[in-house]
Amino acid sequence: MSKITYIEYGGRQHVVDVTEGLTVMEGARDNSIPGIVADCGGACACSTCHVYVDPAWVDRLPAKEIMEEDMLDFAYKVDPVRSRLTCQIKVTEELDGLIVQIPEKQI
Amino acid sequence: MTGIVVIGGGQAGAALVAKLREAGYSGRLTLICGERVPPYQRPPLSKAYLKGDMERERLFLRPESFYASQDIDLRLGDRVTEIDPAARLLKVGGATLAYSQLALTTGSVPRRLPALIGGSLRGVYVMRGLADIDAMAAEFVAGRRLLIVGGGYIGLEAAAVAASLGLEVTLVEAAPRILQRVAAPETSNYFRTLHKSYGVRLLEGTSLDRLLGSGTVKGAVLNDGRELETDFVLVGVGVSPATGLAERAGIAIDNGIWTDELGRTSDRAIWAAGDCASFPYKDMQIRLESVGHAIDHAECVAVNMLGAGLPYIAKPWFWSDQYDVKLQIAGLNSGYDRVVERSGKCISTSIWYYKGDQLLAVDAVNDPRAYMAAKRIIEAGQTVDPRLVQDPNTDLRDLLVTAAAPQTKASGF
Ligand SMILES: Cc1cc2nc3c(=O)[nH]c(=O)nc-3n(C[C@H](O)[C@H](O)[C@H](O)COP(=O)(O)OP(=O)(O)OC[C@H]3O[C@@H](n4cnc5c(N)ncnc54)[C@H](O)[C@@H]3O)c2cc1C
Ligand code: FES
Repeated sequence: MSKITYIEYGGRQHVVDVTEGLTVMEGARDNSIPGIVADCGGACACSTCHVYVDPAWVDRLPAKEIMEEDMLDFAYKVDPVRSRLTCQIKVTEELDGLIVQIPEKQI
Repeated sequence: MTGIVVIGGGQAGAALVAKLREAGYSGRLTLICGERVPPYQRPPLSKAYLKGDMERERLFLRPESFYASQDIDLRLGDRVTEIDPAARLLKVGGATLAYSQLALTTGSVPRRLPALIGGSLRGVYVMRGLADIDAMAAEFVAGRRLLIVGGGYIGLEAAAVAASLGLEVTLVEAAPRILQRVAAPETSNYFRTLHKSYGVRLLEGTSLDRLLGSGTVKGAVLNDGRELETDFVLVGVGVSPATGLAERAGIAIDNGIWTDELGRTSDRAIWAAGDCASFPYKDMQIRLESVGHAIDHAECVAVNMLGAGLPYIAKPWFWSDQYDVKLQIAGLNSGYDRVVERSGKCISTSIWYYKGDQLLAVDAVNDPRAYMAAKRIIEAGQTVDPRLVQDPNTDLRDLLVTAAAPQTKASGF
C-alpha cells in the first residue's frame, strides 16, 4: 500500500492507501474522491483524470508517454510541468507519499 | 415517500444515481441491476480484460461501499419484469415496488444468430457482459481457431486480442468492407491492413450461410459455398436497444425508447438514458452506443428528474483499441459528403468528415492531438478549412484559433 494525498479544488484533502499495481486514477475512484472523473475508465482516451502533481514529485514519477503528452496538450488549464493523467501513473512503492491536486474542472 | 427507482445498473444507471445524490436528492433511491455484480465498465471486455491484462476488480465503476455510503439501495441479480405506469408500480423478483419517478437505463442486447443456422450451438458466443467473457475465456488458447461474424468495433477488437494471443482468426463481414456502417473507406483500409499484418484472415463481402455441428459448433458454410472448420464462434453483429419492458408498459418506442430533449419518455414520470434511449439530435431522433454518451445523458436526466429543465446536447465521442493502435472518434459522421486525410507522425493518421464546409467528425488513429483539436472545434459548433487540415505544416493548435462558424450553414442538420 502507498499513501497518496489527493487535494480537491478548494483545498479539501484526502489521504488514502492505494494498492500497488493500481493507477492513481483508480485510487481516487475506489475511494470515491470527487473531481477525477475518468470517463473512459483509464484508456487514455478522455483526459478527464487530469491532476497537477505536487512540484516536489514531478521528477520522481515515470515520464509521460507520447499518448499522455498529446492528450494533455489540449486538456483544461494544463501546466506543462505539473499536469499528468492519473490513469497513466501506476502506483508503486516509490510513490508512497505522492501528493496531487485536482483541477477546478476536467473539460 | 416512494422515491426514485432506476432500472439497469450499467454505465448510465450508475452515473444517474450518483448524479441524483450529488445534485441534492435525499429521498429513497433504488438501483436495480439485472446482473449479479455492481455496475462495471464494458469497454475492457473486448480489450484488456479479454486479453487477461486487467483484473476483474478493476472493472467496477465504483466500490460497492459507495452505494451504501450514498444511501442507494443496490439490488444485484434482480430483473424488473413489468411496469404499471398508471399505478406507478413495478414487479421485481416476485415483489412489487412503488416509484414516484422511474428511470430506464436498460442498455442494449446483442443480436444473435438464429437457431436455424446454428446460433444456439455450444461454442457460439456474444460479447456484452462479464458473464459472456467468463464463459468464453477458456476458449482463448493459442492455436485454436476462432471465427468472428461481423467486422464492427467489437468484432475487430476481439480479433486483435485473439490474434495477439496466438489464435487462428477468421473474420467474415457481409458488407463490402469492415466498419462500413460507422466509418469512411479510409478508416476501413487502415484497419484492414493492420489486421492482415497480424495474420487475421479478413473475408469482406462474405456472409455466413450457416454454422455446422451437432451440440458443439465445428465449422461454418459461407455464402460463396466455402466451408471452414472452427473451434468456436464469436457473433458481433450489433445490438438492439433493450426496449421490451418499456414496450409492454405502453411507452412510446422510436428506434429505442423515445425521449424528448430532457430525457423524458412518453410517460411523465418515466425517463430513459444511455444505449436504450433515442433522443433529439439536430433534426433527427438518434441513439448512441457509447460510454461518454451514457454518462452525459444519464447525468442530464438526473438533474431533469429534479426539475432542472436542461436540454441534452450530445457531444459524441468514442474510442477503440486494437493491438497498439488507438482510434479516437469525435463527433458524428452521419450525412458526410467528403473526407480529407491528414497524415501524422509514424503510423498516425486522421480522417476528417465534412458536409459542405462543416466539419462533422474525425477518426484519429494514434493521434490524440488531432482528436482533441477536432473535438474542441466540433463541440463549439465551428469548422476549419479542409485545406488547412490536409497541410502537414499546419499546427493543430493553430486550427483552434482559425476555427470559425461555417459560412454556409449546413442545411437539413
Ligand atoms: C464489449 C464492449 C466494448 C465496448 N467498447 C466501448 C468503447 O471502447 N468505447 C465506448 O464509448 N463504448 C464502448 N462500448 C459501449 C458501451 O459500453 C455502452 O454504450 C454502455 O455500456 C451503455 O451503457 P448503458 O448503461 O446504457 O447500458 P449497459 O451498460 O448495457 O447497462 C444496462 C444494464 O441494465 C440491465 N438491465 C436491462 N434490463 C433490465 C431489467 N429489466 N431489470 C434489471 N436490469 C436490467 C442490464 O443487465 C445491464 O446491466 C462497448 C460495449 C461492449 C459490450
Ligand atoms: S481516465 Fe480517461 S484519460 Fe485517464
